[in-house]
Amino acid sequence: MVGIIGYGAYIPRNRIKVEEIAKVWGTDANSYRKGLFVEEKSVPSPDQDTITMSVEATHYALKRSGIDPQKIGAVYVGSESHPYAVKPSGTVLAEAIGATPEIHCADYEFACKAGSEAMFVCLELVRSGSMEYALAVGADTSQGAPGDALEYTAAAGAASFIMGKDNLLAEAVETYSFMTDTPDFWRREYQYYPRHASRFTGEPAYFKHIIGAAKGILKKVKLEPKDFKYAVFHQPNGKFPLKVGKLLGFKREQLDTGLLCPWMGNTYSGSSPMGLTAILDEAKPDDLILMVSYGSGAGSDAFVWKVTSRITEVQDKAPKTKEILNNNKNYIEYGTYAKYRGKIRKAE
Amino acid sequence: MREVAIIGVGMNKWGELWNKSLRDVFTEAALLAIDDAGVDHIDSMYVGCMSSGLFVGQEHLSSLLADYLGTNPIPAARIESACASGGLALRLGFIEVASGTSDIVLAGGVEKMTDVAVDGATFALSTAADQEYEVYHGITFPGLYAMMARAHMHKYGTTREQLAQVAVKNHHNGSMNPLAQFPQKVTVENVMKSVMIADPLRILDCSPITDGAAAAILCPMDLAKKITKKPLVKIIGSGNATDTIALHSRDDITEIGSTKVAGEKAFKMAGKKPENIDLAEVHDCFTIAEICVIEALGLVDKGKGGKATEDGLTALDGKIPINTSGGLKSKGHPVGATGVAQVCEVVKQLRGEAGDRQIKGAKVGLTQNMGGSGGSSVVHIMEVV
Amino acid sequence: MPSPRYWREIPQRYRLEASKCKGCGKVFFPPRLVCSSCKSREFEMVKLEREGKLITYTIIRVPPSQFTDQSPYAMGVVELNGGVKILSQIADCNLDKLEIGQKLRIEFRKIYNEGEAGIICYGYKCVPA
Repeated sequence: MVGIIGYGAYIPRNRIKVEEIAKVWGTDANSYRKGLFVEEKSVPSPDQDTITMSVEATHYALKRSGIDPQKIGAVYVGSESHPYAVKPSGTVLAEAIGATPEIHCADYEFACKAGSEAMFVCLELVRSGSMEYALAVGADTSQGAPGDALEYTAAAGAASFIMGKDNLLAEAVETYSFMTDTPDFWRREYQYYPRHASRFTGEPAYFKHIIGAAKGILKKVKLEPKDFKYAVFHQPNGKFPLKVGKLLGFKREQLDTGLLCPWMGNTYSGSSPMGLTAILDEAKPDDLILMVSYGSGAGSDAFVWKVTSRITEVQDKAPKTKEILNNNKNYIEYGTYAKYRGKIRKAE
Repeated sequence: MREVAIIGVGMNKWGELWNKSLRDVFTEAALLAIDDAGVDHIDSMYVGCMSSGLFVGQEHLSSLLADYLGTNPIPAARIESACASGGLALRLGFIEVASGTSDIVLAGGVEKMTDVAVDGATFALSTAADQEYEVYHGITFPGLYAMMARAHMHKYGTTREQLAQVAVKNHHNGSMNPLAQFPQKVTVENVMKSVMIADPLRILDCSPITDGAAAAILCPMDLAKKITKKPLVKIIGSGNATDTIALHSRDDITEIGSTKVAGEKAFKMAGKKPENIDLAEVHDCFTIAEICVIEALGLVDKGKGGKATEDGLTALDGKIPINTSGGLKSKGHPVGATGVAQVCEVVKQLRGEAGDRQIKGAKVGLTQNMGGSGGSSVVHIMEVV
Repeated sequence: MPSPRYWREIPQRYRLEASKCKGCGKVFFPPRLVCSSCKSREFEMVKLEREGKLITYTIIRVPPSQFTDQSPYAMGVVELNGGVKILSQIADCNLDKLEIGQKLRIEFRKIYNEGEAGIICYGYKCVPA
């Protein structure tokens, strides 16, 4: 048996409302609020990036796991906003939590799926017996070009999971992945902002892969949507995960707990992993959770988690995801947002 | 130990001296001091300078300045203790004469700060703080002193107005000093409405960026009597002490421990007490600094520096006039030169040559010069004989 | 900042590693080679507490150039539980609501960038607890 022994999430305190962005670009805020079900998004401060958020989320995960960081065998950070193009995020994280030097580090990148693939690999490394614990992080300070549709959702956040064999708080009952080559969203080397193929990102990309992965894993574990207490899907906006859930046969109450995007935005590699943390904050022993990520390019990782009795012991050991989301918020204007996100051209 | 006199002092007009290089600025002041003393040579030289390397890209000042003063091959040393470099140069000159090693010693100080942009000056000055544990985190010198001010206000009830009154007083004094960089008078309202730099300190709480130099000629008392007919000013006390370089490492953020210890040493050597001091030039790099320093020296009670200023005790006509020259605030603060310029002022006062700002009957004067946020301090006590 | 200077301080900046004097128990941050109290040269590594209170503070409005993006920002002397004092930025606070004595905790943050192409310097900051 392998699974999660500790988890944590981190969200910067700054928020910008969809209306504030729409005001600048002269667009209709309601088309985003109602059409895409997005109200506001998190914005990192100038002193926050994928690494700093990963460290804080991991401090919370360590508190819940109660393990000695020196026993962690691998640190994998999944992100499409690693602060360095060349130099790992993982080594900074490993150093900050005191897990060096006997450790394997790698940075993962697969658009918004990088976090779940780190989780996937960590589970398998622990299952193989080559290490006692492995740490997986999904984190992003997501980029969206000014004025682009992505700008209304591209947000910042991190989720951290420690995988192990004993003292599980959620068992990984099954994993399943579904990949094809689909150019729906990309960022070329040296480009600052990602590009996307507009409506092509929907049906042949997001929906095809999530449905493919969800159906595949359900078949593998011989379960149906009604068997699950919770389901969480990648959240590029608030609308897509609700729609894909409905198409798969899930009810709204199974989806609500893990749905963060309307008030947090799309944290890219952190998206469905953070949704999972919000579910774990509320889950009870024996609850079944379906999680399906999506990364453009394209692919989905699916997980079936079964919550154990240990969950109730750890939920209060660190701040809960929705507490972090709702407390100490700081609403900023577009000018501050532009400054914080480096969107203002300055003197050399 | 030989008794040591100061027989000549020199200081040029301070300010933004665009036409003058570091070597020009220093040589001018040194020549003024040599002329004031009436000596035809010097035997040795100490020059206080904090950061010529960062300000003008020039180290090796011992050679450069002795060369341009035309005094090669005399021994020379450049002394650095951040903003206390000048005071420390004077102390080492004093020790050299007292020890009998040299007879006529020039102790000077210089800083040429305007050849770099504000960013460069901020960086150079910040090297006086702990680079890894203070500066790394984004602190500036106004910030360090602002934290002292905040703590002092919290602990002793010192008011924002009292801080402003330090600036008002020093600019008033400086208005009578023709060599001051900013001789303009300011009001409490001017200070309180000036731009905020690091809460609660505003721009008019801060000393300026200045080009300038100062020099003093030291010699044994016996020799002094033969050389000069001017009133003889004797160095009767000298103290130097250090404290943690990082402000946060100190037990009491409001107390400048190095000044307290250096002051006690100087008073002991001089056989004087704070109440014997007729005037003092102290290191008012920020308004709060003057308040903390006069407390550390025992010139006022601990925690009462703000009130003493408000009550006029430190004014020209007060019980203990502080910074009759205008202080760093008005006169300017070319960091390496400041400690020596303080001595220039005290010598002028004790000789009765201070013009409109003269303290009548001044016999004993004190100078206090400090580095960084108080990591080093030098105190001298002088008496006219 | 040259990389070696940054790298050398990583145990302190990332993990708050300090040295505790085996002679008198005094804790030094950063670690030292000789105790300023009892002159002992024997130390053990300890980690500082991650919570504390604000001793004094200021708001930097004229920052060094590498901090321009963060300006204005609060900085304070913080006494961590256990008694060691540090200087750090106070992030995520409302600048007009800081109070001496308020509770703070440590977070890992970016301190500054070495320009667009240099290394990214990380370390501790405090945030309201």
